[in-house]
Order: sequence, then C-alpha cells, then structure tokens
Amino acid sequence: MKLIDSTPSGNVKIASKQMEFVTVTVAGQLLGLPISRVHDVFVVSEMTTVPLAPGEIAGLLNLRGRVVTAVSLRRRLGLGDTYEAGRRMAVGLENQGEAYGLLVDEVGEVLKLDPDEMQPNPVHMDRSWVGLSQGVHQLRDQLLIVLDVDAVLAFGTEREAA
Amino acid sequence: MDDLLLEFLTETNEHLETVDVEMVRFEQDPNNEAILSNIFRLVHTIKGTCGFLGLPRLEALAHAAETLMGKFRDGMPVTTPAVSLILSTLDRIKEILGELERQGAEPEGSDGDLIQMLDKMASQEPPVPESAPAPQPAQSTSTAVYQVLERELKPGEVSLDELERAFQEAPGPGKAMTAGTLTYQVLERPLKPGEVSLDELERAFRDAPGPAPLVIEKPAEKTSSEKLSAPAAAPAAPKKNPDSSETGEGAEGIAGKVQTIRVNVDTLEHLMTMVSELVLTRNQLLEIARRSSEDHGYKVPLQRLSQVTAELQDGVMKTRMQPIGNAWQKLPRVVRDLSNELSKKIELVMQGADTELDRQVLEVIKDPLTHMVRNSADHGIENPSERKAAGKPEKGTIRLNAYHEGGSITIEIADDGKGLNFAAIRKKAAERGIANDAELERMSDAQVAKFIFHPGFSTAAKVTSVSGRGVGMDVVKTNIELIGGTVDIRSEQGRGTTFTIKIPLTLAIVAALIVSSKDQRFAIPQVAVSELVRVSPSSEHSIERINGTPILRLRDRLLPIVPLSKVMGLSGNEDVNHGFVVVTQVAHQRFGILVDGVFHTEEIVVKPMSSKLRHIQLFSGNTILGDGAVVLIIDPNGLARMVGSESNQNEFQSDASLEQAVVAADEMTSLLVFRGGSESLKAVPLSLVTRLEEIEASTIEWSSGRPVVQYRGRLMPLVSCDEELTIKREGMQSLLVFSDGDVSMGLAVAEIVDIVEDKLDIELLAERSDLVGSAVIRGRTTEIVNVAHYLPMVLETWSRRERKSGLERSLLLVDSSTFFRDMLVPVLKASGYRVHTASTAQEAVRLLSNGLHVDVVVTDLELSGHSGFALVASLRADPHHSTTHVIGLTVKPDPQQIALARKLNISEIVSKIDRRGLLSALAEFNGTLEEAA
Repeated sequence: MKLIDSTPSGNVKIASKQMEFVTVTVAGQLLGLPISRVHDVFVVSEMTTVPLAPGEIAGLLNLRGRVVTAVSLRRRLGLGDTYEAGRRMAVGLENQGEAYGLLVDEVGEVLKLDPDEMQPNPVHMDRSWVGLSQGVHQLRDQLLIVLDVDAVLAFGTEREAA
Repeated sequence: MDDLLLEFLTETNEHLETVDVEMVRFEQDPNNEAILSNIFRLVHTIKGTCGFLGLPRLEALAHAAETLMGKFRDGMPVTTPAVSLILSTLDRIKEILGELERQGAEPEGSDGDLIQMLDKMASQEPPVPESAPAPQPAQSTSTAVYQVLERELKPGEVSLDELERAFQEAPGPGKAMTAGTLTYQVLERPLKPGEVSLDELERAFRDAPGPAPLVIEKPAEKTSSEKLSAPAAAPAAPKKNPDSSETGEGAEGIAGKVQTIRVNVDTLEHLMTMVSELVLTRNQLLEIARRSSEDHGYKVPLQRLSQVTAELQDGVMKTRMQPIGNAWQKLPRVVRDLSNELSKKIELVMQGADTELDRQVLEVIKDPLTHMVRNSADHGIENPSERKAAGKPEKGTIRLNAYHEGGSITIEIADDGKGLNFAAIRKKAAERGIANDAELERMSDAQVAKFIFHPGFSTAAKVTSVSGRGVGMDVVKTNIELIGGTVDIRSEQGRGTTFTIKIPLTLAIVAALIVSSKDQRFAIPQVAVSELVRVSPSSEHSIERINGTPILRLRDRLLPIVPLSKVMGLSGNEDVNHGFVVVTQVAHQRFGILVDGVFHTEEIVVKPMSSKLRHIQLFSGNTILGDGAVVLIIDPNGLARMVGSESNQNEFQSDASLEQAVVAADEMTSLLVFRGGSESLKAVPLSLVTRLEEIEASTIEWSSGRPVVQYRGRLMPLVSCDEELTIKREGMQSLLVFSDGDVSMGLAVAEIVDIVEDKLDIELLAERSDLVGSAVIRGRTTEIVNVAHYLPMVLETWSRRERKSGLERSLLLVDSSTFFRDMLVPVLKASGYRVHTASTAQEAVRLLSNGLHVDVVVTDLELSGHSGFALVASLRADPHHSTTHVIGLTVKPDPQQIALARKLNISEIVSKIDRRGLLSALAEFNGTLEEAA
C-alpha cells in the first residue's frame, strides 16, 4: 500500500496492493494477522497466571527479558480452552507501547492477499467475532478471517475508564 | 542544527534551571556568597557561550542580568523587584532558547525593554564598596576594594593590593575602558601549581583588547566592574573564563558535583534488555552446571560470570533512577512567584529530595506536583493578616516530603493553611448532584474531601489566575492513577491540608521476599514486611477464627490474617492453618499475609503492570526472577485496601471505620459483655443499654412473624443479637433493653457475662454491619456490637413515632470520639432529630457560621484540644445562636462546671453515659420548642 504514491505505472500497482498476512489457526479456523503488526512468533514455555485478571488474559510471559501479556485468542473469540498438551504458539504484537503475545493453536505460513478481494463479514457471523474481524478472504480450500489487531487487544478498557 | 548548538541548548537549559532555584534561595539569603557566585558563574557561562556561538540577543540579555547580579555582589541590597526582574529575564532567555531549538536560529525581536529595566535597576544605586579601606576621591572612576588573600604570600607572588595598584596604573586598553571596581575575591584553597589566581585572571581580562562597539553601546555600565570587560574580551576569552572560574569560585561546586555524561534513554533501555538476556543465559548455564557432576574446569569461571552479571544488572538498573528532587526543581521558583502575586508569605520546605524513582514516573508526576503546590499556595495558605488572626505565624509553610514506604514511594504535599471547606464541598456536591443530602450527611469529612477529585469541581469563590478554574485535581488524580498511584487527602479545618501521593515503584529495584501460595510464586516488597511467623495448629502460634475470619494472636495483639490464596481466588477451601504469616505494616494498618511457603529475598526490577491488568489493585507490578520466571509483585497497600473494603465495598467507609478504630483507643469504657448464639464473646458500651431484663419466654408474642413483648404497657420489638441465636420459646430469655424516649427495643442474648471497664481498642474492623469490630477485653477476643445496626430492624416503630412528633428539629452533636458520635447519631435521629455532627469545636463553629441552623447543640464539654465551654461561649457571642439550647455532656459533672454552665446558659449538663438523661433533656426542649412554634 505504501508504494502506491511512488509507483505511477498501473501494473506495478496491482502487485503493490498485495498485503501479507501471518496465518494462524484457532479451533480449526484460519485467521490472518497483517504482517506489519506481527513482531515475532514464539513458543510459549512458562507462563505465570495472574489472579483476578480478565478472562482473556492467559498470563504473563518472559520473552527475552521483556514481560509480555499473553492474550488467549480462543477466549477472545469466545471459544473454550484446549487442554491438549503440546507446544503452545504465540504471535508477538505491540499495542500502545505494550507487548502482547496472542496465544494461538498453530501458526501457519505467510500469505499474500489482495485487499480488494476481501469480502465483508457475513451478516450472520457471531457477534463477538464481527468486532474482531475486518473481513473474509476466500482461499481455495478454506476461508481466512482477517483479524483487526487493535480490536483484538481492545478489551477490558471499559474497566479502566471506570 | 549542529551538535554544538544542541549541546549548548541542553546545557544552558540545565544551567537556567539551577539559576532559577538558586536565585530564589539567594533572595532569602542575600548574604550567601556561595550562592551568588554560583549564579554568577552560571550566567556568565551562558553569556560566554552565547558570545561564542554568535547569539547576540541571548548574550545581551545574559549580560544585562549579569551586570545587575554583579551589583549584588558589590553590596547592592537584594530586593524582590530586582530578583523578579532577573527571573523574568531568565524566562525571556528560556523563550528565546525554545525558539532557537525549534528554528535553529535566534528569533527576531528586541529585548530593549528588559535590558533597559535591568540597566536602570543596576544604575539605581551606585555601587557601595563593602568596607573599602580608604574612600576614593570622588572624581576617580575606579574604586579599589579591600582584597584579602587568605594565606601567606609565597616567594615570587605579589600582594593583591600591589596587583591592584599595578593594574590601576597600567594604561587601559581604551579610553572608555576605565578601570572598574575590583571586587572582593577570595580563593578558598591554595593555588595549585600552574593555576592562576583570580585577580590575575581578572587583570588578564581587563587587559585583553575588546571589541570597542560593545563598550560604547553601554556607557552606563562603565563603572560596573568586570562584567563589562568580560564580554569585551576576545572571543576566546569567555570560553576560557567559565573553565577557570570553575576551578576558582566554583571550587565548592566542583567538589559536590557528580560527574555525568548524557546517554540516550533508548541506549539504556537496550542495555537493560541485553543484561536481562545475559542473566537468563547465565541461569541456564548454572542449571547445566548443576546437573553435570563432573567439573570440566568451567565452574569457577562460571561463578565469576554469575557474579559479574549480577553486578552489571544492578548497575544498569541504577541508571534509570533519578532523585525526585529533579521534579521539584521548578517549585521554589513557582512558590516564590506565587507568593509575590498573591501577597502571601510562603515557605517551601523540601524533604527527601534524594528519594530515587524511575525517570518515567518522574516525568509523569512532575506536572501534578507543580499543580498541587500551586493549589496549596493559592487555596491553602491564607493571607498574612488572616493567618495572624487565626493565631498562626504569618509565613505559611508548604512541605514536600518523599520517602519509601511499603514498597511504594510516598510523596506528601502538606500546607498549614486553612484546610478544606467541607461545608462548601458538601454544598457543591449536592448542587452538582454527585451525592444527595442524605448521603452527604452520612459521609465523614474524609469522604467529602474526595469530591475535590471530581471533574470540574472547584469551590474557589473567585477564579484567580493561579487556580480555581475547575480543572485541576481531577487531572492530577488521573495522571497519578495512570501510573498506578493513588492520591489521598487529609484536611483539618484551620490546620491545613495534606495530600499523600503513593506511587508504585515501577521499574525501581526493590528487595522482595519471594513467597508461594498454591504453587504460584509472588514477590512481597521487603520494606512492608516486618516479620515472619511460622504457624501450625499445634505450635505456639496458631490461627484462630472469629466467625470464620482468621486471626493470629501475636504478642497480645490481634493480627488480622489474610490468606493469600483466598484473596487471589486460588482456592476455595478454608483449610489454612499451616504456613507462614508475613506480618505486614502499611501506614497505620498491620495485618498478616498467610502464605504456603517462603523462599528467599531477591533484588527485583519492578516492571509496570500491563494496562490491561493495572486495575487489579493487589499487584503493583511484575518482575522476572533470576530463573527467568515472571512473578507478580504484591502491593501491600492494595492488599490492605482490599482487606479493609472487602466488607464495605466502599473505600470511603473503610476510611471512616479506620478513623473510628483509631479514635476509640485510649478511652476507658464500661462494657457489657454477653454471649450470643456462637461461642464468641460480644460486648456493647454500657452507656447505650437502658436496662437488663430476663423475661419468661412464654410472654414473647409473635406479631406478624416478629417477636414482641409487652414491656411497661407497650409493645417492645425483640431482635436476636446474631443469626445463630434463636429467640427462646420457653424458659428465661435475657434481654438488653435499648430505649429511646418511650420506645424500646430488646436485644435477645444467650447469656450476660459481665460488666467490665477496659480500654476499648478496636483492633479489627468488622466485615459485618452488626459489629463495630473486635477488641481484646480482659485478655479475651470480643466482638463489639454495633447497636446502630439493629435500630433499622425495628425502625417501623420508630418512624411511626417520628411522624407523631411532626416537625423535624435539627441538632448538632459535637463530640471528639467518633465512637460516641456513631452510637448517638442513630438514636438521636430516631428521636426525630436531624443530626449534624462535628468532631471538634472549630468544626462546629464553622458549620454554624456557615449558616447551619440547629435547634439544639449537644456538646461534649471536654472536647479534645478545645474546651466545649469555649465553643458555647463563642456560640453565645453570635446573635444567631445566643438562645440556642445547649446540652453539655461530661464524664462527671462537678460544681465548677455547673456554675460555668449556668453562666453560659447551658440548659442541661448530662453525664456522658446517661443516655436516658440526654433523651429526657431533649424531650423537655421538644415541649418548649413546640410551645414556641
């Protein structure tokens, strides 16, 4: 997108319009996060739970000496926790100067997608999902929901305001 | 902008800050040579650098200011206008610097106005040489002053006077450059080899050929000493001057100055992260070393690595800390300007300026602090005349105090001014609809004070340029809360107001005790921990329970126990009898935190909580331990708040009950001890009980499901003293009868145990409304019953009676004991009075003078600090209240008091414990008042 201004010719424009998404899976659903917002992807080792914390917060992580707030994407999407033992993956995000780790089931490949092909959310989509989704991409074999990173991390704010 | 200019800007801004502070100090202490020379040196440096960089506007301003300061040095009296003028010059310089920073060049404009004023001020008074040895001929253009060298001359050196003479005789560099006044200069240490004396320097300056124009431009300053010659020196000279003067005049300064360099904050942050990673890697290595039994010769170096890493970590963390004094730097100037503007006399006292806190926190609290100090100066401190009238010294004091407490930094801003006007706040709160009248009436002053943090809440009668615009305290509160801090107010009418800011130590390094609860580790700041006690059911220290609330008896004191797992919601079961009690002291509150295990203490870096978690008041931050685990830091203040408010769900109330507990101490009270349904002992102040009765249970009747008994020809409702106790259906039932006029209530109890006289020292606040709290009475834990709780249960009867009496009368109850007030208020209310309360005579007078109309004043005649008689006397002096009925309460009436009471037209003196006497006295008034009405 940022190249639009600097590229006068039309054919380049199409290529430049492509956006890259880091794909993650939660409960079998493919979701995409704009790559510009993703700092890193890491394996969650030890996590400290925070008593009295909002449900969406899974705990605190130590990511290379930095304390990262782990947000469960499952709980954020209103899904139950999975108790499968195994590697827990997290996507490192940053919002308003604070570091977050979004806990996901799996991290997939990086996809290049054209924003123009994004479809709006289906009208009957779960309300808790609509707020977090920017739209849906139709991939060959499945659908990819484009996550609104800021919306995903914008919970519990009403508590602060009070 | 080039680096040179950038460096100049930072350096000059810093210098100016110092000059600001020093100038205010100097004004107060005009004879302090050290301060003056320090200011002088700084301004001189600024001027010199400006000249060097080719900044004529700045240079001219600095020069003019320096000239005036030179006059001070020559003995011109230091006046407020002169200091103000210099300060405003400094402000102008700051403005220009600001522009310079933005645009990279000096802005257009002229400073003729200021320079002219400065010059005028400087020339107002001819320099009076201090103790000149011989008066100089009047026509002489120069004045030689007495010069002292405080040591013997060494061979080859010339005396100062000889130098002076040589200098006077030496041909000057130009016609206009006649000799100036040589000032009194003393070097406080012997010269080192290679150094030049001050006078030699001085002479070098004078002799140096200077650009003529400057000299001609300011002929008025001809006589004004060396300041003239300094800028006139060759461009390189000013550069040299500051350096050399630092070794000379600033010798003292150098010794105290810490050598510093500027480092970008990002660099520090990066360094910090790297060190944290290093720590983690080291820990992993140590872990590997522990696992392998063989020593491949790396264990010793590894040990060393570990040690070095720890030290490195420590060092890097310290780089972020700054003394709070940095945030206070501007305040002396602010207070000085305000006191001039408002014609008040204010002294600013700063304590604990070296308390260190994280630089980010420092930035955030800087403005709120300034604002609060302004507020104190504007609203708090009265005019000198008002202060005098109130019997206070004319000079008001604003006291800033910073210190570490309970794992957080506490900053107090206290003034000895007039205190908050609670009546006005109440009124305003009602006007703005924040609270209704009934709520306001019930609130204590402490609760009312908190209204000033509501947005747009200002009670200032008039808007001054300083404050009272209605924006302020709410912003202050928001800012402080943003970094997880709290603000509290304590205010006493006529005595002043104290704001207490508590800030968690974000990113500070604290020693913390690592504890565990249900397999999770937590850190408790060591400062809050006073001791550790191991508890188990069989040992000397075992946890006891009152109504399920755990308590530990520790050296004859009751310590409330907070099981950490419970507050954390980690477990539901109440099986908490083993473990460790971390005895914690926060301000006035002492409590024990029950944990499962205690590990060790560790120096931890406090990292701020994520904004998503900051609302959990239990935690002040988190940290990464040596083994890489993230651990939450418990905020003892937050825990104390949670403990205190768990039952009340209202921070206001917890304040009030705390107050109550404090006030009730030290008074001997007669208590009726009885037993309710449970095993625990209960007690109620005997003064509240009208009669003890034992009745046949068969006489108890049940009217619409409520137990009543016919008592003296009337129906008396019965209430069970606790849920466990059921009112007997047969046998004898013990009752405590509480009467109010002709309405009574019977409190059913299981057994009346004793009547004892003891200090009512409520140590534990109740979690239930039917109890005031728990106390040790005659060595036994006893629950103090809150009679007020039972009254509403039979309120029907009361309210029926109230309606009968019709007109509502108002009453002012003045008693310094919160306990008595709380006990009496419901009773008085139930007698049909609208009750206002005051804890001190001053408060009562203020309430009444603010237009509160009352029919009756009930006052304790032995008010603490102020006699109740004095209160009545002042009432009688007021035409509005000269005939108000007054009932005096006393512990033991003596003839002297009675005579005095008669003189003051006090209608009745009632013994404090004779509640019926009070009620009958009131009933008498009812008759007379009705007649009057």
